[in-house]
Amino acid sequence: MEIRELLSLLAQGTLDSLYMIIICTVISYIIGLPIGVSLIVTAPGGIRPMTVYNKVMGFIVNILRSVPFLILMIALMPYIRKIIGTGIGKEAATAALIVAAAPFVARLVEQSLLEVDPGVIEAAQAMGASNMQIIRKVLLLEARPSLLNGAAVATINILGYTAMAGIVGAGGLGEIAIRYGLYRFQPSIMWITIVLLVILVQIFQEIGIKVVNKYDNRIN
Amino acid sequence: MAEHIIRLQGVTKEFDTKGGKVVALKDIDLDIERGDSYGIIGLSGAGKSTLVRTINLLEQPTEGKVIFNDSALTGLGSKDLNIHRRKISMIFQQFNLLMQRDALGNILFPLEIAGVPKQEALKKANELLKVVDLEERAHSYPSQLSGGQKQRVAIARALASDPEVILCDEATSALDPKTTRSILSLLKQINEERGITLVVITHEMEVIKQLCNKVAVIENGEIVERGDVEEIFKKPKTKAARKLFFPDGDYREKPLTKTSTRNRVRLVFDEATAGEPIIANMIMELGAPVNFLYANLDVLGGSQKGQMVICLAADKETADKQKAYLVAKGVEFTEIDEDEEVQA
Ligand SMILES: Nc1ncnc2c1ncn2[C@@H]1O[C@H](COP(=O)(O)OP(=O)(O)OP(=O)(O)O)[C@@H](O)[C@H]1O
Ligand SMILES: [Mg+2]
Repeated sequence: MEIRELLSLLAQGTLDSLYMIIICTVISYIIGLPIGVSLIVTAPGGIRPMTVYNKVMGFIVNILRSVPFLILMIALMPYIRKIIGTGIGKEAATAALIVAAAPFVARLVEQSLLEVDPGVIEAAQAMGASNMQIIRKVLLLEARPSLLNGAAVATINILGYTAMAGIVGAGGLGEIAIRYGLYRFQPSIMWITIVLLVILVQIFQEIGIKVVNKYDNRIN
Repeated sequence: MAEHIIRLQGVTKEFDTKGGKVVALKDIDLDIERGDSYGIIGLSGAGKSTLVRTINLLEQPTEGKVIFNDSALTGLGSKDLNIHRRKISMIFQQFNLLMQRDALGNILFPLEIAGVPKQEALKKANELLKVVDLEERAHSYPSQLSGGQKQRVAIARALASDPEVILCDEATSALDPKTTRSILSLLKQINEERGITLVVITHEMEVIKQLCNKVAVIENGEIVERGDVEEIFKKPKTKAARKLFFPDGDYREKPLTKTSTRNRVRLVFDEATAGEPIIANMIMELGAPVNFLYANLDVLGGSQKGQMVICLAADKETADKQKAYLVAKGVEFTEIDEDEEVQA
């Protein structure tokens, strides 16, 4: 393969990966963040305890979290095909990815919100804050550094999922690694994609740390 | 007749725990008048926090009514309750400030909740920073403030909603003695100058002495004694109250063995009786010695009070004469049971 061809292949792969990571992370947060908040709010001792909802939602999240992504993706393929017409390719992989990532995000959000001092929530209740005000102005704001930290973890995790989704032809670096490393046996190309993936992880991690430090007023 | 701002009627609170039912409050009746600085004192686990938390319904009573300004808070929906809660502020032992907001932002918080326009809120928050003497720390975060400064921010935040009552749950227990005094005097000033009613939860008699005009002593979820601080200081009726009026709270595990514990009395001198050497005269006139076990000078709401524990003569006849002598001289005293352990 020519060097120019290789470069453009890798560049396209990186862009495809980035695109898929960002879309999946955003959609996973749109779904997972409210679920995570609801798990905290409805927990026993939360600001609006609802035992049944909490148990059911917690159970669903746990089930989806405990199936390894690769298996979940394959298991979901027939259903995804029914809904969007195809079980492979970028769209199908994205759908499977979100089903796996949203519950993961929900748990991360739940963990972050758990760190908020119950005394502060109680102080807000004593001031006459409504539950909605407590969620917006106390829970989410007090947990912001930890939520951002969680977002970096989620992004990196989703990057891992997108690479695995290469198996079903999702495009991106994962698919390149599998196609050239596994099927055409060109390990050098596979190694280059591995290096690129590692670099991406490092970048996300660095951005995460920078943003968290900027927003955390507890330290400094 | 003075106006009641807070009334608790037959308030009982039970907690269901794994180990069974815990009765934290038993059928409490309590009337607090507007402008009072009402202390509630008791040992750890007595139910003080539970009691104060039922006033703003952070704790829903199992039975009984909580009345604030003639309207029952118990049974209100959360919307109505939240409106009343804005008039009942609260400060805490652990300050409970928002860690991600600076001092000014914390004071703005209750104003945001109440929907006060931004400019107006900002003006008010800045004024309150002045009241608590923290103007130059407006943009410091709680992590950058000392305990005393944090409590000042919490007090400013409590004042922001123009409350009629401030509930203080062990507000000075995390602070050193000097900072404690300055916070107490700030609270006293708020009570006197703004007429804001205070409910002060504490396990320290010092706090009551410096800050309160009324006090209720709580033990095992029941109020065992209540009244004017000065009255109770002079003549505590219950063991629980007497125990609390001894500073240091340092009670012996075992009863005194070397010293006799019979015929002990606790005397209180005020300005009227402090001038004369009454005990010395009594010893000389009756020709019978007494044993001094404890003596201490206190300042109670600005006036001096001396208290003393002495052991009267061992024989009943002489002891009765000594008691009659004290009565004649107008010295307030209470007898201490033989088995009661007080610091000597
Ligand atoms: N949420 C709860 N669940 C179960 N039991 C509780 C709860 N809150 C308080 N209690 C119990 O109620 C009793 C009174 O507790 P409370 O916190 O009111 O005491 P306190 O007088 O404030 O003590 P301290 O000085 O240690 O703060 C205790 O026996 C306590 O264990
Ligand atoms: Mg307490």
